[in-house]
Amino acid sequence: MQALYAQLLVGLINGSFYALLSLGLAVIFGMLNIINFAHGAVYMMGAFVAYFLLNNTYLSIGYWPALIIAPIVVGIFGMILERTMLQWLAGLDHLYGLLLTFGLALIIQGVFQNYFGSSGLPYAIPDYPAIGGFHGLQGGINLGFMFLPIYRGWVVIFSLVVCIGTWYLIERTRLGAYLRAATENPTLVRAFGINVPRMITLTYGLGVGLAALAGVLSAPINQVRPLMGENLIIVVFAVVVIGGMGSIMGSIVTGFTLGVIEGLTKYFYPEASNTVVFVFMVLVLLVKPTGLTGRAA
Amino acid sequence: MPELKMAEAAAKPADTQVLSVNDLQAWYGESHILHGINFNVGAGEVVTLLGRNGAGKTTTLKSVMGIIGKRTGSIRFDGKEITRASSDKIARMGIAFCPEERGIFSSLDVRENLLLPPIVRTGGLSLDQIFDLFPNLKERLNSQGTKLSGGEQQMLAIARILRTGARFLMLDEPTEGLAPVIIQQIGHTIARLKKEGFTILLVEQNFRFASTVADRYYIVEHGKVIDGFANSELSANMDKLHTYLGV
Repeated sequence: MQALYAQLLVGLINGSFYALLSLGLAVIFGMLNIINFAHGAVYMMGAFVAYFLLNNTYLSIGYWPALIIAPIVVGIFGMILERTMLQWLAGLDHLYGLLLTFGLALIIQGVFQNYFGSSGLPYAIPDYPAIGGFHGLQGGINLGFMFLPIYRGWVVIFSLVVCIGTWYLIERTRLGAYLRAATENPTLVRAFGINVPRMITLTYGLGVGLAALAGVLSAPINQVRPLMGENLIIVVFAVVVIGGMGSIMGSIVTGFTLGVIEGLTKYFYPEASNTVVFVFMVLVLLVKPTGLTGRAA
Repeated sequence: MPELKMAEAAAKPADTQVLSVNDLQAWYGESHILHGINFNVGAGEVVTLLGRNGAGKTTTLKSVMGIIGKRTGSIRFDGKEITRASSDKIARMGIAFCPEERGIFSSLDVRENLLLPPIVRTGGLSLDQIFDLFPNLKERLNSQGTKLSGGEQQMLAIARILRTGARFLMLDEPTEGLAPVIIQQIGHTIARLKKEGFTILLVEQNFRFASTVADRYYIVEHGKVIDGFANSELSANMDKLHTYLGV
């Protein structure tokens, strides 16, 4: 039973990363019509920025500030990519955006691999602030039926909060209404006096920032590696396909659900744990080609 | 001094022109659609562009709004040249556009659709005033935008640009495909807006409707303005009009 709960937790952790990443992909796809293959690379960059902040002798900035700084730094990097390259693809076939971002991902990962090799760099779980008997997010709690490492619990809960916050921003606020409207008819939204190109840039920054946030969250669990995003992004694309491209809530629910399904498979039939997501994808595509929550394109 | 008087008379209309379009040419990709459009709209006027399908009326409105890729010539609004401005800047100067296809957003509810266009200046209608004009909308605020009837969607499309404070409205075929009783309601609305000092540029195929609200007409054909007359001259021009519109 202990092992089952442990795998469920691993599933929830992976699900958190799937949800944060596929959420960003969904937002970017909705607004820019670009399938952002560079998403894994910017996820990795988020982890690296946190690593640099901590290990730079002059800065020595820890986990908590990094949680805010890294997404902003990587988000700005993303906005520069959008302004200098992606914006010129507006109106072209999806394939161009896919190829360009795929090339960018290879370049970014190649540069990092050149300087840092392929092995993992350590990033410690934060040991501050000390509250009660706890040292930051280190250690764990015995829940009776299982031992819960605090950091892992934190990742799941924090990711859920960020996902729901993003959903609220897009589906329930005025800014979100601009976003949704501009996804449908950017020309008309612009003719109402809204600077749509600037909104597109900011949206790309938001999606990329969410990926970088996931990167920081994952640094203490998975270490910091130049190729850490490469394998993850393939699964995340399957999640997006299953959830339905462009659907916000669909991305979140599917991300967490597939993480859990993967975790359960690891317990009941470990041999299939690497493929279960893709089997699921094939089944969904056979029955509902637009994905579980997707609208027909 | 008769000369001076004449000069004054000639200068006066130019001062009160809200929009003046001179030799406007526009292209959709490679195809040349407008071949030299000339017309003026004075403050507080309702001016209607008439013409057959494909004559270039909608393209003219879109060119003024800045959403046609390539345009040359001169478009002046409130004395400022806007031919090269982007559409968001043009909107912020106080021009509001209600497109032919209405442009109601399906992923937004009625309230969100209504509140979408940002306020560009003071003096727009309040929500109460809007609900006074279009009582139907008040009851449908939480419905999905595209679940409304065609008439309600048209009202929503007009209502949302009245909030923004823009005093110059461009309405592209607001009566298209609507029942007579709703056309009448839209006619009353336009008349009331005119009374409140809005300037309106209307595109219509239905000149019987246009004749109930318009001060002046311009005839558009093959991407050019080929004729123009005041509403008072309508009956004298009826034969010509029938030829132009082929009705």
